Amino acid sequence: MKVLVPVKRVIDYNVKARVKADGSGVDLANVKMSMNPFDEIAVEEAIRLKEKGVADEVVVVSVGVKQAAETLRTALAMGADRAILVVAADDVHQDIEPLAVAKILKAVVDQEQPRLVIAGKQAIDNDMNATGQMLAALLGWGQAAFASKVEIDGDSAKVTREVDGGLQTISVALPAIVTADLRLNEPRYASLPNIMKAKKKPLEERTAADYGVDVAPRLEVVSTREPEGRQAGIKVGSVDELVGKLKEAGVI
Amino acid sequence: MAVLLLGEVNHGTLNRDATAKAVHALAPLGDVTVLCAGAHARDAAADAATIAGVARVLVAEDARYGHRLAEPTAALIVSLAGDYDHIAAPSTTDAKNVMPRVAALLDAMVIPDVSRIVDAQTFERPVYAGNAIQTVRSRDAKKVMTIRTASFDAAGAGGSAPVSDATLADDPGLSSWVGDEVAASDRPELTSAGRVVSGGRGVGSKEQFAIIEALADKLGAAVGASRAAVDSGYAPNDWQVGQTGKVVAPELYVAVGISGAIQHLAGMKDSKVIVAINKDEEAPIFQIADYGLVGDLFTTVPELTGKL
Ligand SMILES: Cc1cc2nc3c(=O)[nH]c(=O)nc-3n(C[C@H](O)[C@H](O)[C@H](O)COP(=O)(O)OP(=O)(O)OC[C@H]3O[C@@H](n4cnc5c(N)ncnc54)[C@H](O)[C@@H]3O)c2cc1C
Ligand SMILES: Nc1ncnc2c1ncn2[C@@H]1O[C@H](COP(=O)(O)O)[C@@H](O)[C@H]1O
Repeated sequence: MKVLVPVKRVIDYNVKARVKADGSGVDLANVKMSMNPFDEIAVEEAIRLKEKGVADEVVVVSVGVKQAAETLRTALAMGADRAILVVAADDVHQDIEPLAVAKILKAVVDQEQPRLVIAGKQAIDNDMNATGQMLAALLGWGQAAFASKVEIDGDSAKVTREVDGGLQTISVALPAIVTADLRLNEPRYASLPNIMKAKKKPLEERTAADYGVDVAPRLEVVSTREPEGRQAGIKVGSVDELVGKLKEAGVI
Repeated sequence: MAVLLLGEVNHGTLNRDATAKAVHALAPLGDVTVLCAGAHARDAAADAATIAGVARVLVAEDARYGHRLAEPTAALIVSLAGDYDHIAAPSTTDAKNVMPRVAALLDAMVIPDVSRIVDAQTFERPVYAGNAIQTVRSRDAKKVMTIRTASFDAAGAGGSAPVSDATLADDPGLSSWVGDEVAASDRPELTSAGRVVSGGRGVGSKEQFAIIEALADKLGAAVGASRAAVDSGYAPNDWQVGQTGKVVAPELYVAVGISGAIQHLAGMKDSKVIVAINKDEEAPIFQIADYGLVGDLFTTVPELTGKL
Protein backbone atom coordinates (compact mmCIF):
# COMPACT_ATOMS: atom_id res chain seq x y z
CA MET A 1 0.00 0.00 0.00
CA LYS A 2 1.26 3.43 -0.92
CA VAL A 3 0.70 6.31 1.51
CA LEU A 4 0.76 9.94 0.41
CA VAL A 5 1.46 12.70 2.92
CA PRO A 6 1.01 16.38 2.01
CA VAL A 7 3.34 18.61 4.04
CA LYS A 8 3.27 22.39 4.28
CA ARG A 9 6.12 24.76 5.00
CA VAL A 10 4.90 27.24 7.62
CA ILE A 11 6.19 29.73 10.16
CA ASP A 12 7.87 27.83 13.00
CA TYR A 13 5.41 27.27 15.83
CA ASN A 14 7.78 28.94 18.32
CA VAL A 15 7.84 32.21 16.38
CA LYS A 16 5.23 34.86 17.11
CA ALA A 17 3.76 36.14 13.84
CA ARG A 18 4.13 39.89 13.27
CA VAL A 19 1.67 41.85 11.19
CA LYS A 20 3.31 44.15 8.63
CA ALA A 21 2.88 47.83 9.37
CA ASP A 22 1.11 48.47 6.06
CA GLY A 23 -1.55 45.87 6.84
CA SER A 24 -0.65 43.78 3.81
CA GLY A 25 -0.06 40.58 5.75
CA VAL A 26 2.20 38.78 8.19
CA ASP A 27 5.94 39.36 7.79
CA LEU A 28 7.60 36.13 6.69
CA ALA A 29 10.88 37.54 5.41
CA ASN A 30 13.80 36.20 7.47
CA VAL A 31 11.45 34.29 9.76
CA LYS A 32 12.24 30.72 10.79
CA MET A 33 10.11 28.32 8.77
CA SER A 34 9.48 24.64 9.56
CA MET A 35 7.27 21.73 8.66
CA ASN A 36 3.71 22.26 9.90
CA PRO A 37 3.63 20.37 13.25
CA PHE A 38 0.55 18.35 12.30
CA ASP A 39 2.33 17.22 9.14
CA GLU A 40 5.25 15.88 11.18
CA ILE A 41 2.66 13.76 12.96
CA ALA A 42 1.20 12.65 9.61
CA VAL A 43 4.64 11.73 8.25
CA GLU A 44 5.42 9.82 11.45
CA GLU A 45 2.18 7.84 11.16
CA ALA A 46 2.93 6.91 7.56
CA ILE A 47 6.44 5.78 8.45
CA ARG A 48 5.10 3.68 11.30
CA LEU A 49 2.68 2.01 8.88
CA LYS A 50 5.67 1.18 6.70
CA GLU A 51 7.66 -0.14 9.65
CA LYS A 52 4.71 -2.38 10.54
CA GLY A 53 4.67 -3.73 7.00
CA VAL A 54 1.24 -2.24 6.28
CA ALA A 55 2.57 0.39 3.85
CA ASP A 56 5.32 -0.21 1.33
CA GLU A 57 6.01 3.32 0.17
CA VAL A 58 5.62 6.78 1.68
CA VAL A 59 5.46 9.71 -0.76
CA VAL A 60 5.48 13.29 0.54
CA VAL A 61 4.15 16.25 -1.44
CA SER A 62 4.42 19.96 -0.84
CA VAL A 63 2.78 22.80 -2.74
CA GLY A 64 4.24 26.29 -2.53
CA VAL A 65 7.50 28.09 -3.01
CA LYS A 66 10.77 26.41 -4.05
CA GLN A 67 12.04 26.59 -0.48
CA ALA A 68 9.46 23.94 0.45
CA ALA A 69 12.07 21.51 -0.85
CA GLU A 70 13.74 21.86 2.58
CA THR A 71 10.50 20.75 4.26
CA LEU A 72 10.35 17.74 1.97
CA ARG A 73 13.99 16.88 2.81
CA THR A 74 13.02 16.89 6.47
CA ALA A 75 10.24 14.41 5.73
CA LEU A 76 12.67 12.26 3.73
CA ALA A 77 15.12 12.36 6.64
CA MET A 78 12.35 11.16 8.98
CA GLY A 79 11.91 8.15 6.67
CA ALA A 80 9.67 9.02 3.71
CA ASP A 81 10.81 7.38 0.47
CA ARG A 82 10.34 10.05 -2.12
CA ALA A 83 9.09 13.59 -2.54
CA ILE A 84 7.17 15.73 -5.02
CA LEU A 85 7.51 19.50 -4.93
CA VAL A 86 4.81 21.43 -6.74
CA VAL A 87 6.00 24.98 -7.25
CA ALA A 88 2.94 27.23 -7.27
CA ALA A 89 4.26 30.56 -5.96
CA ASP A 90 7.47 32.53 -6.01
CA ASP A 91 6.86 34.89 -3.10
CA VAL A 92 6.84 33.37 0.39
CA HIS A 93 3.93 35.67 1.23
CA GLN A 94 1.71 34.08 -1.40
CA ASP A 95 -0.28 31.35 0.32
CA ILE A 96 -1.99 28.70 -1.77
CA GLU A 97 -5.54 28.10 -0.57
CA PRO A 98 -6.76 24.68 0.54
CA LEU A 99 -9.10 24.39 -2.47
CA ALA A 100 -6.21 24.88 -4.93
CA VAL A 101 -3.91 22.63 -2.89
CA ALA A 102 -6.63 19.97 -2.85
CA LYS A 103 -7.01 20.20 -6.64
CA ILE A 104 -3.26 19.75 -7.11
CA LEU A 105 -3.21 16.89 -4.61
CA LYS A 106 -6.09 15.26 -6.46
CA ALA A 107 -4.01 15.29 -9.64
CA VAL A 108 -1.06 13.81 -7.75
CA VAL A 109 -3.33 11.13 -6.27
CA ASP A 110 -4.68 10.29 -9.74
CA GLN A 111 -1.09 9.69 -10.86
CA GLU A 112 0.32 8.01 -7.77
CA GLN A 113 -2.75 5.95 -6.78
CA PRO A 114 -2.13 5.79 -3.02
CA ARG A 115 -4.59 3.80 -0.87
CA LEU A 116 -4.28 6.27 1.95
CA VAL A 117 -3.57 10.00 2.26
CA ILE A 118 -2.59 11.27 5.70
CA ALA A 119 -2.68 15.06 5.93
CA GLY A 120 -2.32 17.30 8.95
CA LYS A 121 -5.52 18.53 10.57
CA GLN A 122 -4.62 22.19 10.23
CA ALA A 123 -1.84 24.40 8.95
CA ILE A 124 -0.81 26.65 11.83
CA ASP A 125 -0.35 29.71 9.61
CA ASN A 126 -3.77 30.21 8.04
CA ASP A 127 -5.60 27.91 10.48
CA MET A 128 -7.91 26.66 7.72
CA ASN A 129 -8.43 23.03 8.77
CA ALA A 130 -9.80 22.27 5.31
CA THR A 131 -7.43 20.68 2.82
CA GLY A 132 -7.89 17.00 3.75
CA GLN A 133 -11.67 17.27 3.78
CA MET A 134 -11.63 19.13 0.44
CA LEU A 135 -9.37 16.53 -1.13
CA ALA A 136 -11.70 13.77 0.06
CA ALA A 137 -14.62 15.60 -1.58
CA LEU A 138 -12.83 16.05 -4.90
CA LEU A 139 -11.80 12.39 -4.98
CA GLY A 140 -15.17 11.13 -3.79
CA TRP A 141 -13.38 9.30 -0.98
CA GLY A 142 -14.33 8.84 2.64
CA GLN A 143 -12.65 10.97 5.28
CA ALA A 144 -11.56 10.53 8.88
CA ALA A 145 -10.55 13.94 10.17
CA PHE A 146 -8.81 14.74 13.49
CA ALA A 147 -7.42 11.24 14.03
CA SER A 148 -5.86 10.19 17.32
CA LYS A 149 -5.61 6.50 16.36
CA VAL A 150 -5.48 4.73 12.99
CA GLU A 151 -5.68 0.98 12.40
CA ILE A 152 -5.64 -0.40 8.88
CA ASP A 153 -7.87 -3.43 8.63
CA GLY A 154 -7.94 -4.92 5.12
CA ASP A 155 -10.13 -2.74 2.93
CA SER A 156 -10.93 -0.20 5.60
CA ALA A 157 -9.35 1.90 8.30
CA LYS A 158 -10.63 2.14 11.85
CA VAL A 159 -9.99 5.66 13.03
CA THR A 160 -10.55 7.27 16.41
CA ARG A 161 -11.32 10.97 16.04
CA GLU A 162 -11.00 13.84 18.51
CA VAL A 163 -14.39 15.57 18.59
CA ASP A 164 -16.05 18.19 20.80
CA GLY A 165 -17.73 15.64 23.03
CA GLY A 166 -14.73 13.34 23.42
CA LEU A 167 -13.73 10.60 20.99
CA GLN A 168 -15.57 9.03 18.08
CA THR A 169 -14.43 5.88 16.29
CA ILE A 170 -15.45 5.31 12.68
CA SER A 171 -14.59 2.85 9.98
CA VAL A 172 -13.79 4.32 6.59
CA ALA A 173 -13.45 2.41 3.32
CA LEU A 174 -10.05 2.58 1.59
CA PRO A 175 -8.87 4.52 -0.30
CA ALA A 176 -9.46 7.30 2.22
CA ILE A 177 -8.15 10.54 3.65
CA VAL A 178 -7.11 10.76 7.28
CA THR A 179 -6.13 14.03 8.96
CA ALA A 180 -3.77 13.85 11.92
CA ASP A 181 -4.55 15.43 15.29
CA LEU A 182 -2.02 16.19 18.01
CA ARG A 183 -2.26 12.94 19.93
CA LEU A 184 -1.92 10.50 17.02
CA ASN A 185 1.78 9.98 17.83
CA GLU A 186 4.95 11.74 18.82
CA PRO A 187 7.03 12.38 15.73
CA ARG A 188 10.67 11.30 15.69
CA TYR A 189 13.64 13.54 15.10
CA ALA A 190 15.70 12.84 12.01
CA SER A 191 19.15 11.48 12.90
CA LEU A 192 22.24 12.95 11.29
CA PRO A 193 22.96 9.85 9.15
CA ASN A 194 19.34 9.92 7.96
CA ILE A 195 19.61 13.61 7.10
CA MET A 196 22.64 12.73 4.95
CA LYS A 197 20.79 9.82 3.33
CA ALA A 198 17.77 12.02 2.62
CA LYS A 199 19.88 14.17 0.32
CA LYS A 200 20.08 11.24 -2.10
CA LYS A 201 16.39 10.35 -2.03
CA PRO A 202 14.38 11.34 -5.12
CA LEU A 203 12.67 14.74 -5.14
CA GLU A 204 10.73 15.50 -8.32
CA GLU A 205 9.82 19.06 -9.14
CA ARG A 206 6.60 20.10 -10.89
CA THR A 207 4.53 23.23 -11.26
CA ALA A 208 0.85 23.91 -10.64
CA ALA A 209 0.54 24.50 -14.39
CA ASP A 210 1.71 20.92 -15.05
CA TYR A 211 -1.53 19.81 -13.42
CA GLY A 212 -3.63 22.53 -15.06
CA VAL A 213 -4.70 23.92 -11.72
CA ASP A 214 -5.52 27.61 -11.35
CA VAL A 215 -4.15 28.71 -7.98
CA ALA A 216 -5.67 32.21 -8.01
CA PRO A 217 -7.21 32.81 -4.58
CA ARG A 218 -10.97 32.72 -4.08
CA LEU A 219 -10.58 34.65 -0.85
CA GLU A 220 -8.95 37.96 -1.57
CA VAL A 221 -7.09 39.20 1.50
CA VAL A 222 -8.26 42.78 1.83
CA SER A 223 -6.21 43.58 4.93
CA THR A 224 -4.46 42.04 7.88
CA ARG A 225 -4.36 43.70 11.27
CA GLU A 226 -3.22 43.01 14.79
CA PRO A 227 -5.88 41.77 17.19
CA GLU A 228 -7.05 44.16 19.89
CA GLY A 229 -4.50 44.00 22.67
CA ARG A 230 -5.46 43.43 26.28
CA GLN A 231 -4.82 46.08 28.85
CA ALA A 232 -1.99 45.14 31.18
CA GLY A 233 -3.37 43.76 34.43
CA ILE A 234 -2.02 43.70 37.95
CA LYS A 235 -0.39 41.19 40.26
CA VAL A 236 -2.20 40.52 43.51
CA GLY A 237 -0.28 39.68 46.66
CA SER A 238 -2.61 37.12 48.21
CA VAL A 239 -5.65 34.96 47.70
CA ASP A 240 -7.69 37.42 49.79
CA GLU A 241 -6.72 40.28 47.52
CA LEU A 242 -7.65 38.17 44.48
CA VAL A 243 -11.08 37.40 45.93
CA GLY A 244 -11.56 41.11 46.64
CA LYS A 245 -10.63 42.10 43.09
CA LEU A 246 -12.92 39.48 41.55
CA LYS A 247 -15.80 40.75 43.68
CA GLU A 248 -15.03 44.32 42.60
CA ALA A 249 -15.01 43.22 38.99
CA GLY A 250 -18.38 41.59 39.53
CA VAL A 251 -17.37 38.17 38.21
CA ILE A 252 -17.95 36.24 41.44
CA MET B 1 -30.45 36.71 0.20
CA ALA B 2 -30.94 33.43 1.98
CA VAL B 3 -28.78 31.62 4.50
CA LEU B 4 -28.70 27.89 5.25
CA LEU B 5 -27.36 27.18 8.73
CA LEU B 6 -26.44 23.67 9.80
CA GLY B 7 -27.76 23.43 13.35
CA GLU B 8 -25.48 21.70 15.83
CA VAL B 9 -27.36 18.53 16.78
CA ASN B 10 -25.69 16.03 19.10
CA HIS B 11 -27.42 12.78 19.99
CA GLY B 12 -30.81 14.23 19.17
CA THR B 13 -30.35 17.44 21.13
CA LEU B 14 -29.76 20.91 19.74
CA ASN B 15 -26.63 22.68 20.97
CA ARG B 16 -28.72 25.77 21.35
CA ASP B 17 -25.93 28.08 22.43
CA ALA B 18 -23.70 27.41 19.41
CA THR B 19 -26.65 27.44 17.00
CA ALA B 20 -28.14 30.65 18.44
CA LYS B 21 -24.77 32.42 18.24
CA ALA B 22 -24.50 31.50 14.58
CA VAL B 23 -28.10 32.70 13.97
CA HIS B 24 -27.26 36.03 15.57
CA ALA B 25 -24.12 36.37 13.44
CA LEU B 26 -25.88 35.47 10.19
CA ALA B 27 -29.21 37.24 10.55
CA PRO B 28 -27.96 40.48 8.90
CA LEU B 29 -27.28 38.49 5.71
CA GLY B 30 -30.86 37.41 5.11
CA ASP B 31 -33.49 34.86 6.06
CA VAL B 32 -31.89 32.07 8.08
CA THR B 33 -33.05 28.50 7.51
CA VAL B 34 -31.74 26.08 10.13
CA LEU B 35 -31.15 22.50 9.03
CA CYS B 36 -31.35 19.90 11.78
CA ALA B 37 -30.04 16.50 10.71
CA GLY B 38 -29.74 13.39 12.82
CA ALA B 39 -31.14 9.96 13.57
CA HIS B 40 -33.36 11.91 15.96
CA ALA B 41 -33.68 15.51 14.95
CA ARG B 42 -37.32 16.50 15.45
CA ASP B 43 -36.91 17.71 19.01
CA ALA B 44 -33.83 19.64 17.99
CA ALA B 45 -35.75 21.18 15.09
CA ALA B 46 -38.61 22.20 17.39
CA ASP B 47 -36.05 23.79 19.68
CA ALA B 48 -34.31 25.61 16.79
CA ALA B 49 -37.68 27.00 15.67
CA THR B 50 -37.88 29.01 18.89
CA ILE B 51 -34.60 30.86 18.34
CA ALA B 52 -35.39 34.50 17.55
CA GLY B 53 -34.59 35.40 13.96
CA VAL B 54 -34.92 31.91 12.47
CA ALA B 55 -37.12 32.05 9.35
CA ARG B 56 -37.58 28.34 8.74
CA VAL B 57 -36.39 24.98 10.03
CA LEU B 58 -35.68 21.95 7.88
CA VAL B 59 -35.46 18.57 9.50
CA ALA B 60 -33.65 15.57 8.05
CA GLU B 61 -34.33 12.72 10.43
CA ASP B 62 -32.80 9.47 9.33
CA ALA B 63 -30.31 6.89 10.61
CA ARG B 64 -27.81 7.89 7.92
CA TYR B 65 -27.33 11.23 9.67
CA GLY B 66 -27.05 9.63 13.09
CA HIS B 67 -23.41 10.22 13.83
CA ARG B 68 -22.78 13.28 11.72
CA LEU B 69 -20.53 11.36 9.34
CA ALA B 70 -19.05 13.82 6.89
CA GLU B 71 -20.05 12.17 3.62
CA PRO B 72 -23.85 11.82 4.03
CA THR B 73 -24.14 15.15 5.87
CA ALA B 74 -22.19 16.99 3.16
CA ALA B 75 -24.27 15.30 0.45
CA LEU B 76 -27.45 16.50 2.17
CA ILE B 77 -26.25 20.09 2.46
CA VAL B 78 -25.07 20.16 -1.17
CA SER B 79 -28.45 18.84 -2.33
CA LEU B 80 -30.14 21.78 -0.59
CA ALA B 81 -27.53 24.39 -1.51
CA GLY B 82 -29.25 25.68 -4.65
CA ASP B 83 -31.63 27.90 -2.70
CA TYR B 84 -29.01 29.70 -0.62
CA ASP B 85 -26.24 32.28 -1.03
CA HIS B 86 -24.59 31.54 2.30
CA ILE B 87 -24.14 28.10 3.81
CA ALA B 88 -22.86 28.17 7.35
CA ALA B 89 -22.40 26.28 10.60
CA PRO B 90 -21.06 27.10 14.05
CA SER B 91 -17.32 26.22 14.24
CA THR B 92 -17.64 22.92 16.05
CA THR B 93 -15.55 19.85 15.24
CA ASP B 94 -18.52 18.42 13.34
CA ALA B 95 -18.77 21.54 11.19
CA LYS B 96 -15.01 21.64 10.61
CA ASN B 97 -15.29 18.08 9.37
CA VAL B 98 -18.27 18.66 7.08
CA MET B 99 -18.14 22.23 5.74
CA PRO B 100 -14.84 22.05 3.81
CA ARG B 101 -16.25 18.98 2.10
CA VAL B 102 -19.40 20.90 1.22
CA ALA B 103 -17.35 23.82 -0.08
CA ALA B 104 -15.17 21.64 -2.32
CA LEU B 105 -18.24 19.90 -3.74
CA LEU B 106 -19.58 23.36 -4.65
CA ASP B 107 -16.16 24.46 -5.99
CA ALA B 108 -15.96 27.15 -3.33
CA MET B 109 -13.30 27.99 -0.79
CA VAL B 110 -14.53 27.50 2.78
CA ILE B 111 -14.23 30.53 5.07
CA PRO B 112 -13.43 29.07 8.49
CA ASP B 113 -13.93 30.68 11.90
CA VAL B 114 -15.59 33.90 10.80
CA SER B 115 -15.28 36.34 13.72
CA ARG B 116 -17.03 39.30 12.07
CA ILE B 117 -19.29 39.71 9.08
CA VAL B 118 -18.46 42.96 7.29
CA ASP B 119 -20.88 42.48 4.37
CA ALA B 120 -22.26 39.62 2.28
CA GLN B 121 -18.84 38.98 0.68
CA THR B 122 -16.45 40.23 3.32
CA PHE B 123 -15.49 38.53 6.54
CA GLU B 124 -12.93 38.72 9.31
CA ARG B 125 -11.17 35.67 10.68
CA PRO B 126 -8.22 35.10 13.00
CA VAL B 127 -5.08 33.51 11.54
CA TYR B 128 -1.65 32.61 12.96
CA ALA B 129 -3.10 31.47 16.30
CA GLY B 130 -5.01 34.71 16.60
CA ASN B 131 -1.90 36.87 16.20
CA ALA B 132 -3.42 38.45 13.12
CA ILE B 133 -6.96 39.21 12.00
CA GLN B 134 -7.52 38.91 8.29
CA THR B 135 -10.31 40.54 6.30
CA VAL B 136 -11.13 38.41 3.27
CA ARG B 137 -13.47 39.03 0.37
CA SER B 138 -14.92 35.92 -1.22
CA ARG B 139 -15.15 35.68 -4.99
CA ASP B 140 -17.25 32.52 -4.84
CA ALA B 141 -20.89 32.52 -5.89
CA LYS B 142 -21.85 30.62 -2.74
CA LYS B 143 -20.16 31.42 0.54
CA VAL B 144 -19.51 28.39 2.72
CA MET B 145 -18.36 29.29 6.18
CA THR B 146 -18.08 28.40 9.83
CA ILE B 147 -18.86 30.90 12.58
CA ARG B 148 -16.50 31.38 15.51
CA THR B 149 -19.09 31.23 18.26
CA ALA B 150 -16.89 32.92 20.87
CA SER B 151 -17.12 36.14 18.83
CA PHE B 152 -20.91 36.49 18.84
CA ASP B 153 -23.75 36.79 21.33
CA ALA B 154 -26.56 34.28 21.13
CA ALA B 155 -29.87 35.17 19.48
CA GLY B 156 -32.67 35.20 22.02
CA ALA B 157 -35.78 33.06 22.32
CA GLY B 158 -39.34 33.70 21.27
CA GLY B 159 -39.21 32.60 17.64
CA SER B 160 -41.85 30.34 16.11
CA ALA B 161 -40.49 29.35 12.73
CA PRO B 162 -42.27 26.73 10.60
CA VAL B 163 -40.65 23.29 10.55
CA SER B 164 -40.72 21.10 7.45
CA ASP B 165 -39.04 17.96 6.21
CA ALA B 166 -36.01 18.19 3.96
CA THR B 167 -35.68 15.80 1.04
CA LEU B 168 -33.02 13.31 2.05
CA ALA B 169 -29.95 12.81 -0.11
CA ASP B 170 -28.24 9.55 -1.02
CA ASP B 171 -25.63 8.31 1.43
CA PRO B 172 -22.32 7.76 -0.37
CA GLY B 173 -21.75 4.95 2.14
CA LEU B 174 -18.03 5.48 2.54
CA SER B 175 -17.79 5.39 6.31
CA SER B 176 -19.65 3.96 9.26
CA TRP B 177 -19.86 4.66 12.96
CA VAL B 178 -18.14 2.27 15.36
CA GLY B 179 -18.39 3.88 18.78
CA ASP B 180 -18.23 6.96 20.97
CA GLU B 181 -16.23 7.63 24.09
CA VAL B 182 -18.05 10.46 25.74
CA ALA B 183 -17.66 11.29 29.40
CA ALA B 184 -20.95 12.45 30.89
CA SER B 185 -20.58 15.53 33.05
CA ASP B 186 -22.86 17.72 35.11
CA ARG B 187 -20.61 20.71 34.55
CA PRO B 188 -21.43 23.44 32.06
CA GLU B 189 -20.26 22.92 28.51
CA LEU B 190 -16.86 24.51 27.90
CA THR B 191 -17.66 26.76 24.93
CA SER B 192 -20.86 28.18 26.41
CA ALA B 193 -19.87 28.43 30.08
CA GLY B 194 -19.79 31.82 31.76
CA ARG B 195 -16.78 30.74 33.81
CA VAL B 196 -13.91 28.42 32.98
CA VAL B 197 -11.11 27.07 35.16
CA SER B 198 -8.24 25.48 33.22
CA GLY B 199 -5.27 23.48 34.43
CA GLY B 200 -1.92 22.97 32.77
CA ARG B 201 1.16 20.85 33.08
CA GLY B 202 1.85 22.48 36.44
CA VAL B 203 -1.04 20.50 37.94
CA GLY B 204 1.21 17.46 37.70
CA SER B 205 -1.16 14.49 37.51
CA LYS B 206 -4.65 13.32 36.75
CA GLU B 207 -5.35 12.86 40.46
CA GLN B 208 -4.19 16.38 41.28
CA PHE B 209 -6.51 17.75 38.60
CA ALA B 210 -9.17 17.34 41.31
CA ILE B 211 -7.86 20.65 42.70
CA ILE B 212 -8.87 22.35 39.45
CA GLU B 213 -12.21 20.59 39.35
CA ALA B 214 -13.00 21.56 42.96
CA LEU B 215 -12.42 25.25 42.15
CA ALA B 216 -14.51 24.92 39.00
CA ASP B 217 -17.36 23.30 40.89
CA LYS B 218 -17.27 26.02 43.52
CA LEU B 219 -17.57 28.62 40.77
CA GLY B 220 -20.10 26.66 38.70
CA ALA B 221 -17.49 26.73 35.95
CA ALA B 222 -16.52 24.45 33.11
CA VAL B 223 -13.11 22.78 33.23
CA GLY B 224 -10.50 23.33 30.55
CA ALA B 225 -6.90 22.28 30.05
CA SER B 226 -3.76 23.12 28.13
CA ARG B 227 -2.47 20.81 25.46
CA ALA B 228 0.36 19.74 27.77
CA ALA B 229 -2.15 18.66 30.42
CA VAL B 230 -4.13 16.66 27.84
CA ASP B 231 -1.04 15.10 26.25
CA SER B 232 0.16 14.07 29.71
CA GLY B 233 -3.16 12.33 30.37
CA TYR B 234 -4.24 14.67 33.19
CA ALA B 235 -7.37 15.72 31.30
CA PRO B 236 -9.47 14.37 28.39
CA ASN B 237 -8.94 15.70 24.86
CA ASP B 238 -12.20 17.59 24.71
CA TRP B 239 -11.04 19.90 27.51
CA GLN B 240 -8.22 21.36 25.42
CA VAL B 241 -8.45 25.11 24.96
CA GLY B 242 -6.42 26.79 22.23
CA GLN B 243 -5.54 27.29 18.61
CA THR B 244 -6.28 23.68 17.81
CA GLY B 245 -8.71 22.98 20.64
CA LYS B 246 -11.78 24.86 21.81
CA VAL B 247 -12.14 28.61 21.70
CA VAL B 248 -13.78 30.12 24.76
CA ALA B 249 -14.69 33.66 25.81
CA PRO B 250 -16.28 33.44 29.26
CA GLU B 251 -16.80 36.24 31.77
CA LEU B 252 -14.09 34.67 33.93
CA TYR B 253 -11.17 32.46 32.86
CA VAL B 254 -8.82 31.11 35.50
CA ALA B 255 -5.56 29.63 34.17
CA VAL B 256 -3.75 27.49 36.72
CA GLY B 257 -0.25 26.10 36.13
CA ILE B 258 -0.40 27.20 32.50
CA SER B 259 2.57 29.11 31.05
CA GLY B 260 0.65 30.99 28.35
CA ALA B 261 1.98 29.71 25.02
CA ILE B 262 0.54 31.52 22.00
CA GLN B 263 -1.34 28.38 21.03
CA HIS B 264 -3.15 28.39 24.38
CA LEU B 265 -3.82 32.14 24.33
CA ALA B 266 -5.50 31.76 20.91
CA GLY B 267 -8.31 29.87 22.63
CA MET B 268 -8.98 32.14 25.61
CA LYS B 269 -7.66 35.66 25.22
CA ASP B 270 -11.09 37.05 24.36
CA SER B 271 -12.27 36.15 27.87
CA LYS B 272 -13.57 39.15 29.79
CA VAL B 273 -11.57 38.72 33.00
CA ILE B 274 -8.49 36.50 33.08
CA VAL B 275 -6.88 35.24 36.27
CA ALA B 276 -3.52 33.47 36.21
CA ILE B 277 -2.05 31.43 39.02
CA ASN B 278 1.53 30.38 38.39
CA LYS B 279 4.61 29.97 40.52
CA ASP B 280 6.86 31.51 37.87
CA GLU B 281 6.45 35.28 37.94
CA GLU B 282 7.96 35.49 34.44
CA ALA B 283 5.31 33.20 32.90
CA PRO B 284 3.90 34.85 29.74
CA ILE B 285 0.34 34.19 30.92
CA PHE B 286 0.78 37.14 33.30
CA GLN B 287 1.14 39.51 30.33
CA ILE B 288 -2.49 38.99 29.39
CA ALA B 289 -3.99 38.32 32.85
CA ASP B 290 -6.08 40.97 34.55
CA TYR B 291 -5.19 39.50 37.92
CA GLY B 292 -2.03 37.49 38.41
CA LEU B 293 -1.20 35.55 41.55
CA VAL B 294 2.36 34.29 41.85
CA GLY B 295 2.38 31.20 44.00
CA ASP B 296 2.21 27.46 44.31
CA LEU B 297 -1.10 26.20 42.95
CA PHE B 298 -1.20 23.39 45.48
CA THR B 299 -1.66 25.89 48.29
CA THR B 300 -3.27 28.89 46.56
CA VAL B 301 -6.00 27.08 44.64
CA PRO B 302 -7.42 25.15 47.64
CA GLU B 303 -7.24 28.38 49.64
CA LEU B 304 -9.15 30.20 46.89
CA THR B 305 -11.74 27.42 46.71
CA GLY B 306 -12.17 27.61 50.44
CA LYS B 307 -12.67 31.37 50.47
CA LEU B 308 -15.28 31.57 47.74
C1 LIG C 1 0.65 22.56 16.46
C2 LIG C 1 0.48 22.92 17.88
C3 LIG C 1 -0.78 23.14 18.37
C4 LIG C 1 -0.97 23.45 19.71
N1 LIG C 1 -2.24 23.67 20.16
C5 LIG C 1 -2.42 23.97 21.47
C6 LIG C 1 -3.72 24.23 22.00
O1 LIG C 1 -4.73 24.18 21.28
N2 LIG C 1 -3.85 24.50 23.32
C7 LIG C 1 -2.76 24.57 24.17
O2 LIG C 1 -2.94 24.81 25.37
N3 LIG C 1 -1.52 24.33 23.69
C8 LIG C 1 -1.33 24.03 22.38
N4 LIG C 1 -0.07 23.76 21.94
C9 LIG C 1 1.03 23.62 22.93
C10 LIG C 1 1.65 24.91 23.41
O3 LIG C 1 2.66 25.30 22.52
C11 LIG C 1 2.28 24.69 24.80
O4 LIG C 1 3.22 23.64 24.72
C12 LIG C 1 1.26 24.33 25.87
O5 LIG C 1 0.18 25.24 25.85
C13 LIG C 1 1.92 24.34 27.23
O6 LIG C 1 1.04 23.89 28.23
P1 LIG C 1 1.26 24.34 29.74
O7 LIG C 1 1.22 25.81 29.82
O8 LIG C 1 0.28 23.55 30.56
O9 LIG C 1 2.70 23.74 30.07
P2 LIG C 1 4.06 24.46 30.36
O10 LIG C 1 4.42 25.40 29.29
O11 LIG C 1 5.02 23.40 30.72
O12 LIG C 1 3.75 25.35 31.65
C14 LIG C 1 3.49 24.83 32.91
C15 LIG C 1 3.39 26.02 33.86
O13 LIG C 1 3.03 25.57 35.15
C16 LIG C 1 3.73 26.33 36.11
N5 LIG C 1 3.79 25.54 37.34
C17 LIG C 1 4.44 24.36 37.54
N6 LIG C 1 4.25 23.93 38.79
C18 LIG C 1 3.46 24.83 39.40
C19 LIG C 1 2.93 24.93 40.71
N7 LIG C 1 3.14 24.01 41.63
N8 LIG C 1 2.17 26.01 41.00
C20 LIG C 1 1.92 26.99 40.08
N9 LIG C 1 2.42 26.93 38.83
C21 LIG C 1 3.16 25.86 38.50
C22 LIG C 1 5.07 26.59 35.49
O14 LIG C 1 5.66 27.73 36.05
C23 LIG C 1 4.69 26.78 34.02
O15 LIG C 1 4.48 28.14 33.71
C24 LIG C 1 0.14 23.51 20.58
C25 LIG C 1 1.41 23.32 20.08
C26 LIG C 1 1.59 23.03 18.75
C27 LIG C 1 2.98 22.82 18.23
N1 LIG D 1 0.64 24.04 0.44
C1 LIG D 1 0.50 22.80 0.93
N2 LIG D 1 1.32 21.81 0.54
C2 LIG D 1 1.18 20.56 1.03
N3 LIG D 1 0.25 20.22 1.92
C3 LIG D 1 -0.59 21.17 2.35
C4 LIG D 1 -0.52 22.50 1.88
N4 LIG D 1 -1.50 23.21 2.47
C5 LIG D 1 -2.15 22.35 3.29
N5 LIG D 1 -1.61 21.11 3.22
C6 LIG D 1 -2.02 19.89 3.96
O1 LIG D 1 -3.31 20.09 4.47
C7 LIG D 1 -3.29 20.11 5.89
C8 LIG D 1 -4.32 21.08 6.42
O2 LIG D 1 -4.00 22.39 5.98
P1 LIG D 1 -5.07 23.58 6.01
O3 LIG D 1 -6.30 23.07 5.38
O4 LIG D 1 -4.41 24.68 5.21
O5 LIG D 1 -5.25 23.97 7.44
C9 LIG D 1 -1.86 20.41 6.26
O6 LIG D 1 -1.56 19.94 7.55
C10 LIG D 1 -1.12 19.66 5.16
O7 LIG D 1 -1.08 18.27 5.42
